Amino acid sequence: MTNRKTVEIWVGLFVTAGLVALAILSFRVGNLTTTEVTNGYHIEARFENIGSLKARSAVTMAGVRIGRVSKIQIDPNTYQARVIMNIDGRFRNLPVDTGATILTAGLLGEQYVGLEPGGAEEYLKDGDRIKVTQSAMVLEKLIGRVLTMFIEKPADNKK
Amino acid sequence: MMWLQAMGAGVLKAVERLGRAGLFLVEILGHAGILVSRFYLVVQQVFAVGVFTLPIVLVSGLFVGMVLGLQGYNTLAKFGSAQSLGLLVALSLLRELGPVVTALLFAGRAGSALTAEIGLMKATEQLAGMEMMAVNPMMRVITPRFLAGIISMPLLAALFSAIGVFGGNLVGVGLLGVDSGAFWTTMQEGVDFREDIVNGVIKSFVFGVVVTWIAVFEGYDAVPNSEGVSRATNHTVVYSSLAVLGLDFVMTALMLGEI
Amino acid sequence: MSTGVGTENSNLVELRDVTFQYNTRTILSDLSLTIQRGKVTAIMGGSGCGKTSLLNLIGGRLRPVRGQVLVDGLNVPDLNMKDLYALRLRMGMLFQHGALLTDLSVFENVAFPIREHTRLPESLLRHVVLMKLQTVGLRGARDLMPWELSGGMARRVALARTIALEPMMILYDEPFTGLDPISMGVIAKLIRELNQVLGITSIVVSHDVAEASAISDYAYLLGDGRILGQGTPAELQQSGSPHVRQFMDGLPDGPVPYTYPARNYLDDLLEEHAS
Repeated sequence: MTNRKTVEIWVGLFVTAGLVALAILSFRVGNLTTTEVTNGYHIEARFENIGSLKARSAVTMAGVRIGRVSKIQIDPNTYQARVIMNIDGRFRNLPVDTGATILTAGLLGEQYVGLEPGGAEEYLKDGDRIKVTQSAMVLEKLIGRVLTMFIEKPADNKK
Repeated sequence: MMWLQAMGAGVLKAVERLGRAGLFLVEILGHAGILVSRFYLVVQQVFAVGVFTLPIVLVSGLFVGMVLGLQGYNTLAKFGSAQSLGLLVALSLLRELGPVVTALLFAGRAGSALTAEIGLMKATEQLAGMEMMAVNPMMRVITPRFLAGIISMPLLAALFSAIGVFGGNLVGVGLLGVDSGAFWTTMQEGVDFREDIVNGVIKSFVFGVVVTWIAVFEGYDAVPNSEGVSRATNHTVVYSSLAVLGLDFVMTALMLGEI
Repeated sequence: MSTGVGTENSNLVELRDVTFQYNTRTILSDLSLTIQRGKVTAIMGGSGCGKTSLLNLIGGRLRPVRGQVLVDGLNVPDLNMKDLYALRLRMGMLFQHGALLTDLSVFENVAFPIREHTRLPESLLRHVVLMKLQTVGLRGARDLMPWELSGGMARRVALARTIALEPMMILYDEPFTGLDPISMGVIAKLIRELNQVLGITSIVVSHDVAEASAISDYAYLLGDGRILGQGTPAELQQSGSPHVRQFMDGLPDGPVPYTYPARNYLDDLLEEHAS
């Protein structure tokens, strides 16, 4: 039998290494420090169509992530999608006339919410609603629109 | 009619065995207090179960990571997104390969050893001897091994994934020339702490429980002779591998389905 | 050291109408016997006659279907886990092959029950262990591992371990099996000495008539789950019962038939041609 001290040292090393690996995965691989929203507050926005936006999708401003989508519901009266966003507490000065757009990373990539700051003096508070919104670009609709343009254009050229 | 009867008998036997295994687990959990009162017993087993499995897990993790680097690069390069290699390597390891491959290696290395050890202790009357010395083998032998298994598995899986990412980096960045910055940032952007890392840890914990449970039960339930022990060892590897793969599907479905 | 209900009783162990079944096979049927305090009692019988089951019933590792197993006044099948373990502290069992813990040295094996049940300081523990090893003559072998021991030595170490907690009674399961004559003599001498010096009640289960008779004060002969004969070894030697005679003289045929029950030999041989 291996003596007690050796056993304890090895087990200590093993457990430490395991925990360090876990920490590396969390901070270096998973970037735990910046993905989590600290001290956040919630704002809401309504869209006609959210495309493939999901809970936990990113919320960005000028391309920088400032929060995450925390919940998506449907409003039974207006048939609009209610998107609740959790914004990091460091960004408390979003003007009330900020606009929200659902954007796509790349042509076919993940969808996320882009916020466009307005010029108002007042700031959005916890539970407030963004009024200016633009829905997701749905590829099928886009293609449909392009096609109708092509069909109409030749007719114009003939004139 | 004969085969119908044989099948029925087989099912009944399996159910009966499952029931016994369940009671066995309950009894083990009843002794979980030794984690505090006889901590060294558990430490000793973490040494036997965890530390001895470490080399094979590290070497396998490194190679799996390196292969992911090669394969992933070739596929991603076709779509011009080779810089996403880091993300591909990290997600494959954290979500699937880390927990699953580690659990399979763990079943082969530690699980089979546990079964053989306990089975032989039974066959050589060591367990009966303990009982007659008024020492409960469930408390003294089985529970420390079970606890050591569930402590070791998540740590081993984390080490597997970590060294796998390192291996992927080695091949991707070192050999194939993927930009080091892109490798890490796509990874950090795409990997979610809760959805990927925590879920991976949950998986490896569940696998640890299942594999160790099967291993100690098979050993304790073995027919006490050399054939019985070899059969039990065999069962441990087969059953725990199947259980790991099956449970992996179920858990992945639950986790992705946001249920 | 044996305090409790049955202290006045001269019988340390008493079986009353015990029936024991393994699966559906009846191993012991309505068996009654008594083991006297401070004596060496041999239980002899052919292989598979339920001798070992008897020991396990006394040790509480098996439960009878019916009947009482009284040890020092306590009915073993009725005891709860805690009381059973408390009782086991006062009895030791020497297994057929010693059942030493293979990952511990000789010293640690003997120290095992002491470490598990007491909190003796290390220096005192060392004293006790060396004393027990000295009793069986293996103080010098303390650093060996179990696989380095011969069969006889392993059994002596196991015996040292069994007496580590100074039991009132020791159950010996086939202590002579597979030993050379010298080791056999050593074990027989130890059983006798432990009984005389420490006053330990001993139950020796064995099929070795000569050795068991030589060391026991009283003997039972078991067969077919019943007691076929009993008495002092000398009385058994004189017995006229055919069962006892066959066993004591080692005759191949007798009340215990040579052939396993089977149907007619000729029919059996011809069957293959018929079908």
